[in-house]
Amino acid sequence: MRGWKFSRRDILKGSAALAAGVYATPLKAQAPAAEAITPALVEAAKKEGKIIWYTSVDLPVAEKIAKAFEARYPGIAARVERSGAERVFQRVGQEYGSRIYAVDVVNSSDAAHFIVWKRDGLLAPYVPEDVAKHYPADHKDADGMFATWRAWLSVIGYNTELVTREDAPKSFADLLDPKWVGKIVKGHPGYSGTILTATFQMSRDLGWEYFEKLAKQKIMQVQSSADPPKKLSLGERAVMADGNEYNMFLLKESGRPVEIVYPTEGTPLIVGPNGIFKNAPNPNAARLFQSWMFTIEAQQMAIEIGGLRSFHALAKEKPGRKPLSEIKLMKDDAAAVEKSGEDIKTRYTQLFRV
Amino acid sequence: MASLTHDAAERALMRSARLDLSRLVIFTFALILCVLIVLPLSWLFYYGFVDRAGNFTLGNFRQLVIDPAFVEPLITTFILATTASIVCCAVAAPIGWLVARTDLPMRGLVRVLVTASFVTPPFLGAIAWELLAAPNSGLLNRAFRALTGAPQDDYLFNIYSFPGLIFVISCYTFPYVFVLVANSLDRIPGDLEDASSILGGKTWTTARRITIPLAMPALLAGALVAFLQSMTLFGSPAILALPAGFHTMTTKIWSLFQYPPKPELAAAASLPLLVLTVILLRAEHMVLGRRGYSVVGGKGAEPRLVRLKFLRWPALALCFFVLLNPVFLPYGALLNATFSKVATQIVTPQNFTLHNIEFVFFELSATRLALKNTFILGAATATIGTLIAVVISYVTARKAVTGYRALGFLATAPVAIPGIVLGVGLFLSYTRPPFILYGTLWILLIAFVTISLPAAYQQLQSAIRAVHPDLEDASRILGATRLQALGHITAPLLRTSVIATWCFVFVGVMRELSAAIMLFTSETKVISVLIFDLNESGDLAAISVLGLSMLIVTFATVLLANRIPGFGGGIRLRNH
Repeated sequence: MRGWKFSRRDILKGSAALAAGVYATPLKAQAPAAEAITPALVEAAKKEGKIIWYTSVDLPVAEKIAKAFEARYPGIAARVERSGAERVFQRVGQEYGSRIYAVDVVNSSDAAHFIVWKRDGLLAPYVPEDVAKHYPADHKDADGMFATWRAWLSVIGYNTELVTREDAPKSFADLLDPKWVGKIVKGHPGYSGTILTATFQMSRDLGWEYFEKLAKQKIMQVQSSADPPKKLSLGERAVMADGNEYNMFLLKESGRPVEIVYPTEGTPLIVGPNGIFKNAPNPNAARLFQSWMFTIEAQQMAIEIGGLRSFHALAKEKPGRKPLSEIKLMKDDAAAVEKSGEDIKTRYTQLFRV
Repeated sequence: MASLTHDAAERALMRSARLDLSRLVIFTFALILCVLIVLPLSWLFYYGFVDRAGNFTLGNFRQLVIDPAFVEPLITTFILATTASIVCCAVAAPIGWLVARTDLPMRGLVRVLVTASFVTPPFLGAIAWELLAAPNSGLLNRAFRALTGAPQDDYLFNIYSFPGLIFVISCYTFPYVFVLVANSLDRIPGDLEDASSILGGKTWTTARRITIPLAMPALLAGALVAFLQSMTLFGSPAILALPAGFHTMTTKIWSLFQYPPKPELAAAASLPLLVLTVILLRAEHMVLGRRGYSVVGGKGAEPRLVRLKFLRWPALALCFFVLLNPVFLPYGALLNATFSKVATQIVTPQNFTLHNIEFVFFELSATRLALKNTFILGAATATIGTLIAVVISYVTARKAVTGYRALGFLATAPVAIPGIVLGVGLFLSYTRPPFILYGTLWILLIAFVTISLPAAYQQLQSAIRAVHPDLEDASRILGATRLQALGHITAPLLRTSVIATWCFVFVGVMRELSAAIMLFTSETKVISVLIFDLNESGDLAAISVLGLSMLIVTFATVLLANRIPGFGGGIRLRNH
């Protein structure tokens, strides 16, 4: 394949397919008017005093974001509830099924969840000013229920002390080499939204035969997509088959011996929308939090200290990291993930036996 | 004369009125017990036999038997429990004998260390062993490679394997066998061994033909308990089995609640565990029988200690070697990970950091809430549980009401319900009207009280049995009701046991995971669940900080109970 450069516009077009399922517009879309952060909103939020955010983003990153919000708006305590996206989805379902309304704002690494929540009428329409002005149509809901707060990739990686650059796998197909038996770590689609989305894209592009062969490599199975990078950092395994690019950036930039590989077949792009629940116990704080999350300050912080990628038009990528425009991406289809999610999990469990 | 009769009649009337109050209280407790135990079980049975639409079906069970995804975990669990049980007995019996029947130096310390492995939560031990024995990054394997110069891929131990899981489970289950064996050996009166010596039996002959056979029932009972515990553990398999690539029954049941949840299958999978547990408990009961162990009164002779002579120090070394595994190595690994920048690297001046502690206590927003919840639940469960256990054990020991046998059965019944099964049952019971307790601390309180009741009941039962009924009878002859006799006479005599039980239950709540994992919500998270969540994303350093904090609180509780003036003997394993 010739190396072809994607321009920013091509990326946005390319991720239109990703966004298409999530942000599919019905004939008459009625997004509410954009709302700015007004002093009245801040006052009302301070009266409520707290906001509860369910997310699957890696815990230290989530806590830093929460602390930054608390520093920006003192008087509002932000509590983070972190578990794998599939577990977040299960928890929300369990809580709402028993009419327990504990969650204000939710962020999920499985974009398909937002299709389900919107369909079930659980989300509240709210369009922050930044979303209306600076976000492309592909990355915000036409009815204003959610927008892409973060984006990242599920990458291959290796520990540089255990593997040389020449020996390192360059593609998904390389991982099937017998020399990697017992040396691979990967996440599980039953717990992690990232891995579920990546597994869908890979099974569509590479076929389930790929996973059948991968299952024979005696992989170390972990749950979260944040765990393989950490296992690489510990030196527990030499290579990871999937895992969060943002964790890899953070580890590498803090001096740990890890390196990212963008597979030649294409890298799965994962999108993490943010939305407010209709029955949020702290609605004003939720709105303030949502608005703040999409400001350029918060988005830039997510890039700098979170290693994430942003679709905010004014956001600048951190130097030293490969820009999104230079990476070949796999196309996503959140609507298809929503339909085949259970099937993917079942097939995976059958193949990998856990 | 007339006034005397009148007074007597009045007293009799008052006595019957007061007796009614006692009866009422007792019946209330019995009712609470019934609701606690029967309600979740009945929902479990309902869901097991019903399909999605609500019609009766045996399809759930059929799927259990046909689908290899269920049959494999069942077989795995069976092999796991059997092997762990054998290992526990092989380890605990010699140490129990050494501690109870010989002049082993530092016996007291060995007992304390076994208590330490008793109170360590098995899931925390599993995580600590990950730090030690992960094939590539584990501390022990690194040391092995450094010492022997072995190549990068070689390792000595792989904790992510079936033997690895058996090892970790045995580490934290052997105290159960130890307690049973050591206590039974403690109680064997010295008369029998003296008689054997008088008849010319040497030390070893006596041990072999008198002491050990007398302890065999306790050992068998211990083996059964160890089997049960291994079968129903959730935390350790959840942490070690997934990376190793297999499921056990408990992790399979838990995975059935992933979206979309399949409560019918979960209920159906829980019922075989329940039935098996009941069968094993019956077997244990038959083996142990209803032996009377009332020893207060000093009727038996002091047990004769076997002199080990030159074997004293090797025997002690053996004990410490065994205790290396549940106590010294894991605690060391946790301590190391707390202060190290990279969890599986030994702390040196270069990579020493306090950032992990700072993160857990100042940045992690869930910590304070989890700590608060755990303490509230611990104190409440201990208080309520001990109260119920005191009343029920008194009633059964003194045979105060008809049907006391049924009451005793109900009090020990929760042992037959594996933690995760109880969690499923409670979830199914309390997420529907009229009592929607899901999402509150109440449902966790109910779960914890139910789980800790049997142990509390048995402890207090044996304590009450050791107190002769004459003392209360004297009080009742003088006109006190049962409850008054209990409050004024028996309870003070049981003071140390009651405090010991309170602490035991409190500590038990801190390490409980299998039921809590099903019932928690973000507002009602407890420390054990927080640690489990942190393990999902691989935050080992944070886990170590939280785990050590938990252990410090646990040991502080135990020590405090021992030190409070007036509470004498305090917690020794003897009191169990």
